[in-house]
Amino acid sequence: MKIVNVTHGSFYALGAYAAASITGALLARGMPPSLSYAVLLGSALLVSVIVAPLIERGILRFMYAKDEVVILLITYALFLILEDVIKMIWGVNPYFIAEPYGLLGSFDVLDLTYPYYNLILVGVAIACGAGLAWMLGSTRTGKLLVAVIHDTEVSRAMGINVDRMYLYTFTFGSLLAAIGGAFTAPTVSVVPALGVEVIVLSFAVVVIGGLGSLPGAALGAVMVGLVRSAAIHYLPQAELFVIYLVMAMVLAFRPRGLFSIAEARKI
Amino acid sequence: MSRDRTPRTLALILLALLVSGQFLPQWTLFLVTVALAKGLVVLGLMILLRCGLVSFGQALYYCIGAYAAGMLGRLFGASDVFTLMLAGMAAAGLVGFVLGFLLARYRSIFFGLLSLAVSMILYGLLVKTEALGSTDGFHVLPSTLFGLRPADAWVRYTVLAVALLVAFIAALLVHRYLGTPLGRLASAIKDNEIRVEYMGASARHAIHVKYVIAAALAGLGGALAATTVGHIDPEMAYWTTSGEFIFITILAGTGNVIAPFLGALVFGVIQTVAFGISPNTWQMVLGGSLLVVIVFLPNGLWSLFRGRKAA
Amino acid sequence: MYFVDRLVIAMTAAAFAPAASLAQEAPLKIGVVTFLSGPAASPFGVPARNAAEIMVEMLNGTKVPAPYAARGFGGAALQMQLVDESGPATTQVTEFRNLAQRDNVDMVIGYVSSGNCLAVAPVAEELKKLTVFFDCGTPRIFEEKSYKYVFRTASTATMDSVGAALYVKELKAGKIKSIAGVNQNYAWGQDSWVDFEASMKQLTPGVQVATSQMPKLFAGQYNAEISTVLGAKADVVHSSFWDGDLEAFILQAGPRGLFKRSTVILTTGETAMYKLAEHIPDGVVIGARGPYGPYAPDNELNRWFSKTFADRYGVPPNYAAYQMAQAILGTKAAWEKAQSANGGNRPSTDQAIAAFERLTFESPAGKVEMVIGAGHQAITETAYGVSKLVKGKMTVANVKRYPATMVNPPDGVKAADWIANGFKK
Repeated sequence: MKIVNVTHGSFYALGAYAAASITGALLARGMPPSLSYAVLLGSALLVSVIVAPLIERGILRFMYAKDEVVILLITYALFLILEDVIKMIWGVNPYFIAEPYGLLGSFDVLDLTYPYYNLILVGVAIACGAGLAWMLGSTRTGKLLVAVIHDTEVSRAMGINVDRMYLYTFTFGSLLAAIGGAFTAPTVSVVPALGVEVIVLSFAVVVIGGLGSLPGAALGAVMVGLVRSAAIHYLPQAELFVIYLVMAMVLAFRPRGLFSIAEARKI
Repeated sequence: MSRDRTPRTLALILLALLVSGQFLPQWTLFLVTVALAKGLVVLGLMILLRCGLVSFGQALYYCIGAYAAGMLGRLFGASDVFTLMLAGMAAAGLVGFVLGFLLARYRSIFFGLLSLAVSMILYGLLVKTEALGSTDGFHVLPSTLFGLRPADAWVRYTVLAVALLVAFIAALLVHRYLGTPLGRLASAIKDNEIRVEYMGASARHAIHVKYVIAAALAGLGGALAATTVGHIDPEMAYWTTSGEFIFITILAGTGNVIAPFLGALVFGVIQTVAFGISPNTWQMVLGGSLLVVIVFLPNGLWSLFRGRKAA
Repeated sequence: MYFVDRLVIAMTAAAFAPAASLAQEAPLKIGVVTFLSGPAASPFGVPARNAAEIMVEMLNGTKVPAPYAARGFGGAALQMQLVDESGPATTQVTEFRNLAQRDNVDMVIGYVSSGNCLAVAPVAEELKKLTVFFDCGTPRIFEEKSYKYVFRTASTATMDSVGAALYVKELKAGKIKSIAGVNQNYAWGQDSWVDFEASMKQLTPGVQVATSQMPKLFAGQYNAEISTVLGAKADVVHSSFWDGDLEAFILQAGPRGLFKRSTVILTTGETAMYKLAEHIPDGVVIGARGPYGPYAPDNELNRWFSKTFADRYGVPPNYAAYQMAQAILGTKAAWEKAQSANGGNRPSTDQAIAAFERLTFESPAGKVEMVIGAGHQAITETAYGVSKLVKGKMTVANVKRYPATMVNPPDGVKAADWIANGFKK
């Protein structure tokens, strides 16, 4: 859609809040903890299916004609509003659902202990990535989507329902953000301003990988994670800005990111 | 278009504010002065936006300007307000000149995010520098005017007068610049860079020049903010600060050099009103007003005045 | 250019707006500044706001026990004007000026962030407005400059680090070979760690620093840091994390066995101990930045405060709430002392300041002495203990109290120098 979407941060936070409050409430009513993983997923689905279409149909669809930067600012304005909406719904007190995190126990690698939940996170991430790749490459909707993103006007002329595609894309993208938030929720305390840090970090990841490239985003995320851990172990002073340093370096040598998609210049 | 009325209007505003400033309550003087400082930064962003470039890292130069001014006072005891501002402007302009070689090659979102990355690196470095107070920053000494320190009751007015004068000169110069062939190239670059190259102009060179101007203006604004507020900290380089500047730029519109200052003033008023009447939900007020402006005034606040002039 | 005329008219009108008249019975306006949004709202800002609301209401209704039974401040009712502390220092300075010059408040009480305190103090001085900081920790404020109009009724962060070092030395009977730190990468985290490290080196000579981790503020994910600290196998792990970061750290460090491997000190652990009761194992050293919350003394003022607060908000007051109550009561004590010196008439700001300097007053946390920073900076005793779950309820056990002069530097001595010289009095 060529939208740099700041509300992604809000969906991350919404996902985390929904997951924490719904799972917490169900656990308190005696739900077996083993079901909580499904509830995490379900809550992410719930918020994104309700809120994303509301935003897309209610506001964003009137704005697509505007400049990319203006759209970015619109999503920023929505992000600010959603921050306060979240505060109104859930208050400022933190939510916790640590059960899914501790439930599975932990395992030792060499001298260090890791919880199995970290493996679940890795699994969810791989599943989402693979699912997305399959959807874009092998389903009708996915292929239509790629066509719409590549050239909206031609797609419309070919009879594709572009509005519906936009709605699907936005909702699906938001769902992924909400899943990210929901599955992070058990490891953190869910507090206001949760989405702020994530959004800049994910921009960095996407830019390192190359905008609009799925393998790029995956590689970017792995790179960011590795570089950050390396910095923490060997050069803690640099941890604050090392990601931005990597981003600047990558852009200096590959101006459009690692997996950039060639773009025709219009004369 | 008829005669260029902008210089006359600028002079009128300058005079009006200089006169009315003597009677205004102290807190408004401060509000206006801070708005002028931010307006200078936004003026630079406006130049860049005219050729379709949005810098998400303009806070870098704002912060450099502020720290240059603050350190000049801290290390050498310099306190003359014009010296500090020149230092801030020069430091930011110089960094902008060097970085410009790299950044002038980038367009659209990559330009924005690369500039963001650079400003965040500065933020990270400053947070780590305990000699400069880490995240707490440090206090900037009160500045003087030609070696004189105005009486307490007149400090705010003097600072405002200096800020007005500086903003006036900057706005006038930028207005002149936008009228030159190099300045007019902006919209051509925005529309189609390849055609610009075919005409024999160098888009990269033009962008580099604009980038340095924008950096110097941001440095000037930063130095002014430092002397006005009296405290600087690394948050001046954080991406939220850059975000605020872009916010104001869009709010103001790119129609005229007066727009950035007007936008900064309106932003300051919205923010302080929102803080006052709804301390718990001011973000909503801020986001809501931005949405309203984008939807109803697509060319920013400035279109209000342009529309009336045409009528 | 119509708008120019409009602007001029509007501003001229603002310039001649009448100033509020000052009658004897006129209420006192207090600006209260604390975090109402962002990550610091939940642990500090909102509890502090709640405490301020309760105190103002109860003082106006003369429901506070002795010696604070008089209505409001010296008979004048209090009116609170609330401001959000979020946003950069520029915004805070602007808002402070608005409070002082537009809203004409009589005094300002507030500020959690050390950066905001450092930025606001010189402005308070410029505007000659009585300003009381209630929570911020940096010792720099009164070490670098002296102020006439600025007071702080809570101890500095130095006390927390020195107290933690004294406690852990006693707890481990001096058997500490190595220490490690996980602190946020900003002034509070850096200062806390520097003071703790220096104190440990004084108290247990030869101690090694295994690792000092400084993750980004509000990072939320600490798996890499926890791995490094686990690998370092330090005897003692120090952390000054607060709020979301602290809670995330506890949730992530627990399953990975950090609390079993090392003695962990959480200097602000009190803000998380009730919420995360079942996730904090027994034996974690818990601090409350002074004698607040579970460490507060058993006196009438404290019983009244903690009950009133818990009845209204359903949770016990945390240390930020105590510190806000302490700031308001301290200012009240100073104000009323000045008023009686002024023959029962409303005191001027200068008279209130003269009464505030070197004042000793009672708060729900016991005795507060404004004796350092030339009489503008409070010192209090402090206490540390270890977590202990009793019937599903989190309590502190093995509590040790440290008198004020043992954990705070004497007047005129910088905290860092005082520690480096072996805590000489």
